[in-house]
Amino acid sequence: MISLAGRDILKSWSKFVFTGVGLGLLIGVTFSMAGVYRGMVDDAKALLTNSGADLWVVQKDTQGPYAESSSIYDDVYRDLLGMPGVARAANITYLTMQVRQGQRDVRAMVVGILPDSPGEPGYLVAGRQITRSHYEAVADVATKFKLGEHIKIRRNEYTVVGLTRRMVSSGGDPMVFIPLRDAQEAQFLKDNDAIVGQRQRTAANPALNRPGVPGLLDAVIESQSHNPYVNAVLVQIKQGFNPEEVAAPIKRWKHLQVFTRAQMEEILVVKLVATSARQIGMFLVILTIVSTAIVAFIIYTMTMGKIREIAVLKLIGTRNRTIAAMIMQQAIALGIIGFVVGKIVATIWAPMFPKYVLLIPGDAARGFIVVVIICILASLLAIRAALKVDPAEAIGA
Amino acid sequence: MPVKGIHIEGLSKRYGSGDTAVDALKDVNMEVAAGEVVGLVGPSGSGKSTLLKALGAVIEPSAGRMTIGDTIIYDNGWKIKDLRALRRDSIGFVFQAPYLIPFLDVTDNIALLPMLAGQSNGESRQQALAMLQALDMAHRAKAMPAQLSGGEQQRVAIARALVNRPPVVLADEPTAPLDSERALAVIRILGQMAQQYETAVIVVTHDEKIIPTFKRIYHIRDGVTYEEAGEGRETG
Repeated sequence: MISLAGRDILKSWSKFVFTGVGLGLLIGVTFSMAGVYRGMVDDAKALLTNSGADLWVVQKDTQGPYAESSSIYDDVYRDLLGMPGVARAANITYLTMQVRQGQRDVRAMVVGILPDSPGEPGYLVAGRQITRSHYEAVADVATKFKLGEHIKIRRNEYTVVGLTRRMVSSGGDPMVFIPLRDAQEAQFLKDNDAIVGQRQRTAANPALNRPGVPGLLDAVIESQSHNPYVNAVLVQIKQGFNPEEVAAPIKRWKHLQVFTRAQMEEILVVKLVATSARQIGMFLVILTIVSTAIVAFIIYTMTMGKIREIAVLKLIGTRNRTIAAMIMQQAIALGIIGFVVGKIVATIWAPMFPKYVLLIPGDAARGFIVVVIICILASLLAIRAALKVDPAEAIGA
Repeated sequence: MPVKGIHIEGLSKRYGSGDTAVDALKDVNMEVAAGEVVGLVGPSGSGKSTLLKALGAVIEPSAGRMTIGDTIIYDNGWKIKDLRALRRDSIGFVFQAPYLIPFLDVTDNIALLPMLAGQSNGESRQQALAMLQALDMAHRAKAMPAQLSGGEQQRVAIARALVNRPPVVLADEPTAPLDSERALAVIRILGQMAQQYETAVIVVTHDEKIIPTFKRIYHIRDGVTYEEAGEGRETG
């Protein structure tokens, strides 16, 4: 038996292909949405992996430093170095802000690190790591900063000495690494007028400016002029130690919150990305419904355009299942064209997105199955209409 | 009762019931022998299309009897279970417009019928090509319907109707869209094919130019048929 669907497609292939391309663009958007979600999850995992930490020590009763703000004293790391199983510990700060370069602003996560410590970017694609204590920066290539360029964070200028890749925040903002001291200052540094205003307020406070206690005011102002806090301490544990075992005494004796890699991944992927995932999921559902409606409409319209031929086919003895198969095969063919086009366009435009879009083969395979199911469901309406056609319609009224 | 051909006796068709009932066919009696072409003539609304649909087994008559060859098709109820197979194997259709399947070429339009009957693609295409040669259309075997003239399309439609060698062919105004010359040619072909394949052909028409071509003409008026001898110029 000849393939009626195939012949029909071949006869009007251009119309069919153009329709498939239109559907493919919609499917491409669907794949991209799934890729955006995958990219967010991957960004979160990359953030954890790139930090090089086994444990995150943060302020008690917080889920910092990525999901909530966390503030701990910057000398805590010394205590941690003395805890059993701790190999290395390093302070780190995170601050999402606008970083200026020339006339443009780049939204970035500024990370304060200590050279050669946990938290430092694991690899560079150009330049070198930070070696000086101040005013050097390593930037992710997504910032589009170049080696040797000067960038401005708050009031200070930094020279880009290295470039790294895939170092992004959980929100997808590229990271800019600067020395820890600079980052601590950047977090709390006020403008000159604000500093003058703060000093006047302190001096006007009779409790802090007692006539009989010389030096008290100066000591208070000195304590206000630097920031002794960091957001977290990244801990690397010694070989052979279980992260949970190392975390337990820190929690108990240092009264801090400690997260293992698995717990931090849960916070980032399950909690932090959850709302975005639901948002994207909603989009995917809507796009699936729209795609189904479009395929159903296209197939229904194509079938209605062949009513007389279907009546003739039925009159000359064509079985209903042959006619149903013709319509379903056309719907599936349309879906396959749409899937191929969608996959290609999603692959082409994925790198153009400002945030990371990760297209994984598993999603493509699932997408293919969904597309085929959608096409089969969408063809049912047209099949129903075709099977209702009376063969008598082929004979003149 | 003829051994071959179609025999209709007291066929009626009523639409609706009670006061609103309409008798589209009241008492139709026809007999068309194998190899014969008869005309079925009547004004609009006389019941021509209803009769054709009943003969084509696409609507069920209300009463009467219908046989094709020695097979009882209808006797106050369908006697054949698979009407689709009946239409496919025993009744050929030629329509006012050719209604060829636009996405199949000429050969496959004809070969589709034997394929539906279960024959292999190769055998079906060979049969189709044989039909095309008989109709002097072999040179257009690979053409698509849209590439054919109206007369050529109608010849392909005739080939499609006859390819399964059905005992009956029903032709519904087959010459309506054609000029006189082509219309007469179509009727001539139908006559030749009817004799060659021993097929009973009923041609519904009110085309004045072809009415004289029939040897026998059935007139239908208000759902009742009566027979008249014709001139039989092309088909006799």
